[in-house]
Amino acid sequence: MGISNAFDFLQNHVYYIGSFGLIFIGLFIMLVKHNLIKVIIGLSILETGVNLFLVSVGYISKGTAPIFSKSAMEAAPMVDPVPQALVLTAIVIGVAVLALALSLAIRLYHHYGVLDLRRIKELRW
Amino acid sequence: MRAIISLFLISVLAWGIATALNEIPFGAAKTKVGEYYIGRGKEQTGASNIVTSVVVNYRGFDTLGEVTVLFVAAIGLGAVLATRRKKEKRDVEPASLVLYTGCRLLFPLILLFGAYIFIHGHLTPGGGFQGGAVVASAFVLVYLGCRGRRISETASKTVESLGGLVFIVVGLVGLAVGGGYFLSNYLPKGELNSLFSAGIIPIIYIAIGFKVGSELAGVIDHLVEESE
Repeated sequence: MGISNAFDFLQNHVYYIGSFGLIFIGLFIMLVKHNLIKVIIGLSILETGVNLFLVSVGYISKGTAPIFSKSAMEAAPMVDPVPQALVLTAIVIGVAVLALALSLAIRLYHHYGVLDLRRIKELRW
Repeated sequence: MRAIISLFLISVLAWGIATALNEIPFGAAKTKVGEYYIGRGKEQTGASNIVTSVVVNYRGFDTLGEVTVLFVAAIGLGAVLATRRKKEKRDVEPASLVLYTGCRLLFPLILLFGAYIFIHGHLTPGGGFQGGAVVASAFVLVYLGCRGRRISETASKTVESLGGLVFIVVGLVGLAVGGGYFLSNYLPKGELNSLFSAGIIPIIYIAIGFKVGSELAGVIDHLVEESE
């Protein structure tokens, strides 16, 4: 009884748990790590978690991908297309943000010679 | 110490989010607009991929803004990295014959695959952004495998500007002749599930594909140049 309850709970929440797990891992990395590259990696993980969360919010039980084809003109329930479109744009913006952050890291490294945030002045906390 | 504070903050955050998410059932339909797009999207836009019809047609204005964000980020990256450009020509060690030939063989095939993805964006999973990313990956291969070769900056800037222009001009023509709003779908919808269907959607997605591909290739070019 207890095991099947736990299984049901996991089945209903596994995507939420996974996406927020990724978000918190990314947040933790960004808060704790000192290396700028690792902070950027944390940002990237956080963003992946947010995208996964948006897609899993749009899931509809037993839904298929929202694409019609010759064999499936009037298909079974389809998942919500709006979060998918939002995530599509969010991924591209994520790439742009990542590239910009890496370029700033390159410039900082040229200027200070280190990527350690403790040794870069004005960025200490 | 910092780790403990961070863990505490994150656990507080996790508790709050878990309480909130308890109210959101997984797998239930949550928005009316998604149902509307699925029910009417085929007739209204002619695209069989509903995600594409949302991205390019229903919310095309958003996509224009997003393309602008990508453009600004690419420009910003160029501006950040271009301040110290010494243009010293370092001779790089040439790649082995196998690697070089493999690159030259694969490059057009990857370009073809990227073009396939963004041309069929209204029929299959994929579209301008995904196809553009595949096209840019072909340039990554060239930069890694055939070192010393690089794309012409003028060509990539021209392709990028033309892609953006096509997007905006197609949208503005819709303002003039179509339904009277920006990016209205004024071209014939054609038959569902055929390549020439969905009006302006394939045109815009091809423009986005070229734009994203050349932009990401430019970003890679800047980063590679900096690392050499």
